[in-house]
Amino acid sequence: MDIERLKKISKKARIDILKMVYNASSGHIGGSFSAIDIMVYLYFQKMNYSKDNYDKPDRDRFILSKGHASAALYTCLAYKGIISENELLSFRKINSILQGHPSRKLTPGVETSTGSLGQGLSFANGVAIGLKLKNIPSKVFVMIGDGEINEGQIWEALMSSIRYKLDNLRIILDYNHLQIDGKIEDIKDPRPTKEKFESFGFATFEMDGHDFKEIDKTFTSADKIKKKPVFIIANTIKGKGVSFMENNVDFHGNPPNKEEFEKALMELSNV
Amino acid sequence: MFKKKSSLRAVYGKELVNLGKKYDDIVVLDADLAKSTKTEFFKKEFPERFFDMGISEADMVVTAAGLASVGFKPFCSSFAVFLTGRVYDQIRNSIAYPSWNVKLISTHAGISVGEDGASHQMLEDIAITRVIPKITILSPSDPNMVSNLMEKIYHYESYLYMRLPRNDVYEIYKKDQDFEIGGSYIHKIGKDITIVATGQLVSYSLMAMLELEKEGIDTGVVDMYTLKPLDTKTLDSIIDISKGILVCEEHSLIGGLFGSIAEYVVRNHPLPIESVSVNDTFGESGKVEELFEKYGLSKESIMKKGKILYDRI
Repeated sequence: MDIERLKKISKKARIDILKMVYNASSGHIGGSFSAIDIMVYLYFQKMNYSKDNYDKPDRDRFILSKGHASAALYTCLAYKGIISENELLSFRKINSILQGHPSRKLTPGVETSTGSLGQGLSFANGVAIGLKLKNIPSKVFVMIGDGEINEGQIWEALMSSIRYKLDNLRIILDYNHLQIDGKIEDIKDPRPTKEKFESFGFATFEMDGHDFKEIDKTFTSADKIKKKPVFIIANTIKGKGVSFMENNVDFHGNPPNKEEFEKALMELSNV
Repeated sequence: MFKKKSSLRAVYGKELVNLGKKYDDIVVLDADLAKSTKTEFFKKEFPERFFDMGISEADMVVTAAGLASVGFKPFCSSFAVFLTGRVYDQIRNSIAYPSWNVKLISTHAGISVGEDGASHQMLEDIAITRVIPKITILSPSDPNMVSNLMEKIYHYESYLYMRLPRNDVYEIYKKDQDFEIGGSYIHKIGKDITIVATGQLVSYSLMAMLELEKEGIDTGVVDMYTLKPLDTKTLDSIIDISKGILVCEEHSLIGGLFGSIAEYVVRNHPLPIESVSVNDTFGESGKVEELFEKYGLSKESIMKKGKILYDRI
């Protein structure tokens, strides 16, 4: 694994996400920056997914249940050559194929439309069940937010993942500890977090969601699990990469002003 | 006039098995109501293609979307109140918006659920599904119609909602009668009034028609088994010939077939319209006949409204 290559892609993606959100005057930087390193690892290291097979049955699939991190997803699809990089700056603008939240019908490479939280895991279960029925050995990766687990449907779906022993499924929790209204611990505290998922019957892993070495180790270990689904708690930092955005809930869904944009661009470029 | 009654949900269950024998890409999901929705027949025959998702309708319909994305043709069933009202957002955002080919087939639609009462009756499902862009909605009236439509539903390449009642209904059509998704069945277009009915109110409308004709009102009946897209061609023919339309449905008077027809007619060819539907209220426990009587869905209610309409034209 070429870690320097992945770091370079992440750096470029963070800069593009910043520009996209600034240019649109709207979008979700915080949750895109917490998720992007894992997504870069999946798209550029782990998954069997390319411009040639992205619509073929045997591809691996990534489902972004926390659809508000759409900007992060679009950068990956662009660098994969599935959508044009020029398209990125049309993000959230009228007539764009890049909607505020992912739209399957408008954007090639988007597995399904997400954004109404709590639903992507059920969809991923359906895909995983379907792949097993068809004896297709592909893997399904689904990323859920830590605020998103407030949604009851997540817990319905977790029980289904277990029930159908979906060992072709990898659930990734983007554990950045912030949701729009504040700290997740102040709203619906999920702790003890790991114990919850373990008690459901998942093979549960924890990793630093910004350390490619650790990410790779975790997903490699996950591949050895049989007969049960994998749940990965990714310890992440909301706004990771820009000092004044890190752990700052103001950058969940608010765009930066001009001064903040320039400062952030400087920080990201100098990494 | 009609002699035999039978169960639409039993026909649905049997036809699912027939489809399962013919096509190996059909999968069926239920939410702990397989015995009531009759998907249990499919479960027994094809356990590997049947998924009981438990009492979690939201999880069920979105899992079905995932299965559709891998090329399966999922049929999801539950009671109408749970399959539409409880999961409106999931149908909208995870089936319709991304356009997954999922069939939603409810039983226990309407007030004819009976003794279980208002929590389990569903008089709003047409209203809340009808606003979802490009959804197709069916409301069959007769067992032979359900039987005929099932193969077409399987081949229909889009998401679709069909509502079936709990109780047994009168047989209206012959076995070889053919029906198309998107169409309606014209029994007769009346020179005075035409009753446009859907679901089990079609049989009552046909009975009421005979009575109204005896009283000198030239009455027709159209079975509007496709609720969306609306069969405007047939409506245009009714408008050309009839002087008034009486809409009959086992649904709230808000947002159902009455609303749909009123929206079309008022914009194109204003014409008096009356409806036999349930007032803006919840139902209650009781026997089907008692409920139909109390909530104004009986043959007598149709005749009464027919005469009111006739006086207006």
